[in-house]
Amino acid sequence: MNPDAKKTLRKLLIAVPLMFAFGFALVPLYDVFCEVTGINGKVFQSDYEDELLTDDGRPLAIQFISTNNENMPWVFEPSEKVMKISTGEYYTATFYVKNTTNKKMVAQAVPSVAPSNAAAHLKKLECFCFEQQELMPGEEALLPVKLLVSNELPKNIKNIIMSYTIFDITDYNDEPMAGHEMNMEH
Amino acid sequence: MSAVIENHHDDHHHGPAKGLTRWLYTTNHKDIGTLYLWFSFAMFLIGGAMAMVIRAELFQPGMQIVEPEFYNQMITLHGLIMIFGGVMPAFVGLANWLVPMMIGAPDMALPRMNNLSFWILPFAFFILLSSLFMEGGAPNFGWTFYAPLSTTYAPPSVTFFIFSVHIMGASSIMGAINVVVTIMNMRAPGVGLMKMPLFVWSWLITAYLLIAVMPVLAGAVTMMLMDIHFGTSFFNAAGGGDPVLFQHIFWFFGHPEVYIMILPAFGIVSHIIETFSRKQLFGYSSMVWAMLSIAILSFVVWAHHMFTVGLPLAAELFFMWATMLIAVPTGVKVFNWIATMFRGSITFETPMLFACAFVVLFTFGGFSGLMLAITPADFQYHDTYFVVAHFHYVLVPGAIFSIMAAVYYWIPKWCGNMYDERLGKLHFWLSFIGVNVTFFPQHFIGLAGMPRRYPDYALQFADWNMVSTVGAFLFGVSQLLFLFIVVKTVMGGKKATDQVWEGATGLEWTVASPAPYHTFTTPPKID
Repeated sequence: MNPDAKKTLRKLLIAVPLMFAFGFALVPLYDVFCEVTGINGKVFQSDYEDELLTDDGRPLAIQFISTNNENMPWVFEPSEKVMKISTGEYYTATFYVKNTTNKKMVAQAVPSVAPSNAAAHLKKLECFCFEQQELMPGEEALLPVKLLVSNELPKNIKNIIMSYTIFDITDYNDEPMAGHEMNMEH
Repeated sequence: MSAVIENHHDDHHHGPAKGLTRWLYTTNHKDIGTLYLWFSFAMFLIGGAMAMVIRAELFQPGMQIVEPEFYNQMITLHGLIMIFGGVMPAFVGLANWLVPMMIGAPDMALPRMNNLSFWILPFAFFILLSSLFMEGGAPNFGWTFYAPLSTTYAPPSVTFFIFSVHIMGASSIMGAINVVVTIMNMRAPGVGLMKMPLFVWSWLITAYLLIAVMPVLAGAVTMMLMDIHFGTSFFNAAGGGDPVLFQHIFWFFGHPEVYIMILPAFGIVSHIIETFSRKQLFGYSSMVWAMLSIAILSFVVWAHHMFTVGLPLAAELFFMWATMLIAVPTGVKVFNWIATMFRGSITFETPMLFACAFVVLFTFGGFSGLMLAITPADFQYHDTYFVVAHFHYVLVPGAIFSIMAAVYYWIPKWCGNMYDERLGKLHFWLSFIGVNVTFFPQHFIGLAGMPRRYPDYALQFADWNMVSTVGAFLFGVSQLLFLFIVVKTVMGGKKATDQVWEGATGLEWTVASPAPYHTFTTPPKID
């Protein structure tokens, strides 16, 4: 093979692992992109901010939706399905959960906000979705989410839907490998 | 030392080895091209048989022939086999046969890697097909294998599927590297980049696309593998992953892949239209620039496959406009082909028939693609038979017709015999009618709302489905005629001249027919 061909070959052989790595790099890039633009409907924990408070807020309806993932047996539902609020004030909503099984379980709720361009204006001071929930057999709890909708919310949005899906992560928590065995059975 | 070199030198002038080992150990680009072409033909027939199962089940509403689970396995394997086993290896086979001869090179640059890249392919498809006989059945999640359907809810055979995709990817990457190194370094003196035949150009661009996106596909299936077996959560929402991420990564590969399957066809059709119009191709350099722009644009349009996942408005607008922009270079190509035919002294031998059908029907598929690119309209069309009709129009009378055209056009050079023109024309007309009867009605049932990937459908879709199935069987049976014609031509027939076609130009037509085992061991002189 002539030296020029070797040079071309070397370049291409470097390109292949680089593109393979790029595929994996898309994972954090995707997260960063969603975080910056807020288009994924994901809301991250924010700090208490005085300047968000206002007395002349607009009225707004927040709907709460709860979903159980796959075979998650817990009872999981919002205490109120709709909450009438006004922008620029802090509110606390609660979700009722009950572990209906006879074993200790760990759960994780994953939130989503629709419409997605409301997500950037929704501030969560605290949320049960920021941590895992561990419940004993038959135990029940009220899980709080403390939130504020900023006055900057686009005027055309009169209704925000906050949806939570609760996942059973007991197996992932104790012994990650067991979780996969269970998945394979499906 | 010198004796060894002498020996080596002598070997070069021998013909091929005898027996099976010739094919196992061969490093000759013509042998490997032949292997690729026969392999893809076999896969085309297997994938075609699966299409017949699908269409037979859809002949009438209700469940008739197969179980829904098996139907899902059929649509998945049909897609995977036709794409990775049918179209792609056929184009690699054509590249192997033609690229060295077209640029005046003695062989591919990396002959042993060439052998390897072919011989791992049968194993990949053996693994994939063997999953049909495994517990839980073959992959059943569609060829796009969206997570979590392909991870959490997949049959156990998904691991074999992942492994076989890895092997296919490795094969494609090696094939692509070989093509690039050959084209960049082994052109005969005088064959400048802008003097290369268009098929060579189309393959150079295709090879770069392959090198860019096949590793990303390998990454996607590796992430699936890790989610399934190693407890990671790339696509698992419970662990903080995101199923939509899968679609982004998949289509980042998937859309360039679409052009990987059509760019070589552009090259082939340019040669054939030029030859049978007996005119020089109109707008050579605009053809090259059009292919380059299509290739570059292919990286920024992927999300038009996922308009309905909930993209922000800005992204939907961007991907809609970017997608529509591709119609511009594609239009340039179509008009160039028509301008080439304009005032030419055209004859319609079988390759030209296929090439003309390609231009018309591929443009059709392009138009339905434009309709799908309109974001608000796509919410209606998404995952309906309209999409099925669209991509079959660009892949069957697009990519596959171009491969058939190429076989008829170059087979006299490959085996020294002319094919039977009457049978060739019969094959063309049967295929042409068959393909339109199959896929045209699918536009109607798609617009009327029939979703894809279901083994059953509502009664109002019954008539067109019946028509579609009749067309599919006509198309399917006429490919057996194609097999017969190819075998008959290989076995014998009227001897072909060296130039074969009156209007043919290009280095491959300057060597004897059939092409000797070694061509251009000394570079040709080019004026």
